[in-house]
Amino acid sequence: MSKVKTGMGRRSFIKNVSLAGGGLLIGFNWLACKRSAEESGSEVALEMPDEWFEINGYLKIGDNGVVTIFSPNPEIGQNVKTAMPMLVAEELDVDWNNVIVEQAPLNTDIFSRQIAGGSQSIRQSWEPLRMAGATARQMLIMAAAKEWDVPVSELSVEKGIITHAGSDRSIGYGEIAKAAAQVDVPEEVVLKENNNFKIIGTSRKNVDAKKIVTGQPLFGLDVHRDDMLIAMIVQPPAFGMQFKSMDADEVKDMPGIKDVFVINTYPDDMEREWSDTTSFPKLVAVVGDSTWQVMQAKKALKVEWDLKPELVEEIEILEKSQALRDSGGLENSEIHRTIMNEVASEKSEMIRKDGDPEKAFKNAARVIERTYSCPFLAHNCMEPMNFFANVTDEKAELLGPIQTPEFAEKSISKRFGMDLENIDIQMTRMGGGFGRRLYGNFLVEAAVISHKVGAPVKLVYSREDDMTNGVYRPAYQVTYKAALDVNNNLTAFHVNAGGVGESPLFANRFPAGAIDNYLAESWITDSQISIGAFRAPRSNFIAGAEQSFLDELAEEMGQDPIQFRLDMLKRAGNNPVGENNDYDPARYAGVLELVRDKAGWESSNASSGKGVAAYYCHDSYVAQVLEMDLKDNEPVINKVTCAVDCGIVVNPDAAINMVEGGTIDGIGHALYSELTFEDGVTQQSNFDSYRLIRHREAPKKIDVHFVENGIDPTGLGEPPFPPVQGALANALYKATGKRIYRQPFFPEIGTESKEIKT
Amino acid sequence: MSVYTLNVNGESLEVDVASDTPILWVLRDHLKLVGTKYGCGIAQCGACTIHLNGSAVRSCQLPVSSVRDNKITTIEGLSKEGDHPVQKAWLEHDVPQCGYCQAGQIMSASSLLNRNPSPSDTEIENAMNGNICRCGTYTRIKAAIKTASNSKIV
Repeated sequence: MSKVKTGMGRRSFIKNVSLAGGGLLIGFNWLACKRSAEESGSEVALEMPDEWFEINGYLKIGDNGVVTIFSPNPEIGQNVKTAMPMLVAEELDVDWNNVIVEQAPLNTDIFSRQIAGGSQSIRQSWEPLRMAGATARQMLIMAAAKEWDVPVSELSVEKGIITHAGSDRSIGYGEIAKAAAQVDVPEEVVLKENNNFKIIGTSRKNVDAKKIVTGQPLFGLDVHRDDMLIAMIVQPPAFGMQFKSMDADEVKDMPGIKDVFVINTYPDDMEREWSDTTSFPKLVAVVGDSTWQVMQAKKALKVEWDLKPELVEEIEILEKSQALRDSGGLENSEIHRTIMNEVASEKSEMIRKDGDPEKAFKNAARVIERTYSCPFLAHNCMEPMNFFANVTDEKAELLGPIQTPEFAEKSISKRFGMDLENIDIQMTRMGGGFGRRLYGNFLVEAAVISHKVGAPVKLVYSREDDMTNGVYRPAYQVTYKAALDVNNNLTAFHVNAGGVGESPLFANRFPAGAIDNYLAESWITDSQISIGAFRAPRSNFIAGAEQSFLDELAEEMGQDPIQFRLDMLKRAGNNPVGENNDYDPARYAGVLELVRDKAGWESSNASSGKGVAAYYCHDSYVAQVLEMDLKDNEPVINKVTCAVDCGIVVNPDAAINMVEGGTIDGIGHALYSELTFEDGVTQQSNFDSYRLIRHREAPKKIDVHFVENGIDPTGLGEPPFPPVQGALANALYKATGKRIYRQPFFPEIGTESKEIKT
Repeated sequence: MSVYTLNVNGESLEVDVASDTPILWVLRDHLKLVGTKYGCGIAQCGACTIHLNGSAVRSCQLPVSSVRDNKITTIEGLSKEGDHPVQKAWLEHDVPQCGYCQAGQIMSASSLLNRNPSPSDTEIENAMNGNICRCGTYTRIKAAIKTASNSKIV
């Protein structure tokens, strides 16, 4: 039994009235009016109540017992819109069939960390959301106790019905909600023991599923208002170029076109948030009546562009300041490679050192060295960037897909000199996020355009705009070196990692802590291409590289790859090297042991086309075994077995869906995807040239197993994505006899290995 | 601009648009049927899939002037209550993650089952290969199509 301080006062109640009462700014049907029996899974169709009673900022209860729970965090497909309300409903002790879920708007008075990022939504809200439910439950019980004049301790609750066994009386939440709303908020509440959970740990369907499969308006691109105009942007054709001049006269006369003008999204003197990342602060906006008309005008517009002068600017990226130096020229992917090799060999900075790696390498009987690399990636959310904005001198209404509404609100405040209270930001369901929508440049662009034309606008990026005006996962490169003694013991380990604008190194993760002599170094090359977080930032490359190297190392040492890792983890657990190791060796070993068992690893170890990998990120542990073969030089992935330790699994079937998706996503990007540059121009701008994994290439089967350990939930959206790339590389080696060191892997199959074995 | 009379989900509807306007934008901007999604505009992702006389087509490549009296069905018109066997199978398997591509996936899948009520795994993969799911729900989509296929009411 855990007692928690509620920290909730009248303020969260008072604040909630405006939130629940109206607040919805657009003629857009957000409210679930009535749910069919089939959808809710219950036999009785739920009617909407006549009256709602606000209990606290997280929920309101209708006079018929229907409960509306506000889901605070942005929904990007990670299914928090179902899982977060489940946490509230659990402690509220309500029938899930009587729950309606609504997306909460940005409200920093009530909610904290309304962000979709870092796989943290469930982890960070595990206590606050259950507390919100428990507080409401307690207030309902207190109201019933007062009404019946009996002690609170004699009351029990099941599925929204409060019972006093002593007098054989019961009352529904709907009937007592009005009185409960007047009860003083308790200062402390008791949360359930895990073994008393009735909703957490049971599979509940996606609350938006019915709307999704019937095509109801849910997404930002679906927003419509009668007086709304459509806006699109025209951006420089290359990174390193900027606006010079345009001739818009003819285009302004095209059918349906209202205006064409230059916008400065981020003036030089504006203090930018880390989320205001863009390489193109100055754009041309085309505004008109309909999307197709604006698309035609955009094509017809004649704009001249100039090379940008050299500049140096400091941008806060994910709370870590780093200088992005503009090289002043137009960048090339091949030149990126050359520069990365130069910088890696000359300018590395030591991040961690244990023992005496120099001496160990000098005395080694054998040194194994391998270099791995990956290209830039575009996020390619299926729903291109877009936002609705209605901005005047006095206030800003914003509605659309954003992973970081709180930062966007600050950006709007600074851009327009507007008080936060005059800015209203609401989130639509998002057609994917993957990190791209952490960077809200498109939201600010929409606001600037609306303000300038003096009308509500919906800004729409074309797919080409979306892909060529990205905040990309950059190209990375890492070199691993291992020293072996005459008895084939691993005596030293060296990792030297970097990339274009950012290094993927995690110096304190495994195998740090398991090797006496360890050296981790990092480097960065300059670039003017906007980069940022992409699903499992930095892990999304280094996990696969590291796990490929460990696989090769195990083979060179004549050891089974799983046992090799387990032995190292045993060392890291029993007698760790260094003090800052940021993983739990026992949990790490746990997923490896589970996947070994579930994939039947030992019984078929000799079979071809089987690769294993394991990784720790976002506080969770994932191990995967991938089985494949080649058919006409095309990889056919027969099965992936996944073992996941993310603590308590809130919504098991949805969690399995997430692991399946992350697995397919990881395989797809490692095999097929890349964004390349020539003279600053992205060489891929749509899905005819940028390859994403498709139905035929997906694994035939994915088995997902969770470790049951009762630990509070940790991340799940990102952790399955990185390690499967290593499992794939290792399986490819078994299937083809060739190690592939460069992503994407697919073009490398059937070519000569680019690395020379030492 | 010209006036076109279209047969959409069994209704006769008039729009006044340029002749080269793709049906995708006619549906989304003019008829407010936004279930059909914009993904790429070049028939490479399948998000805009609708039925023309019962067969899957990419509405981003279908100019309004070419449709004439052919019957358009969108996700909103696939069934009255959202109870088409493919929609039901999608709910049963809880397929969607972000959900954005799923209308197109469902329109492709229902078109496949119209012409081939019991597709093999390979036939499913080939028929669905033009529909990208960025979240990676491919294995669930396949399972849902098999469930819908087995329901025999398609």
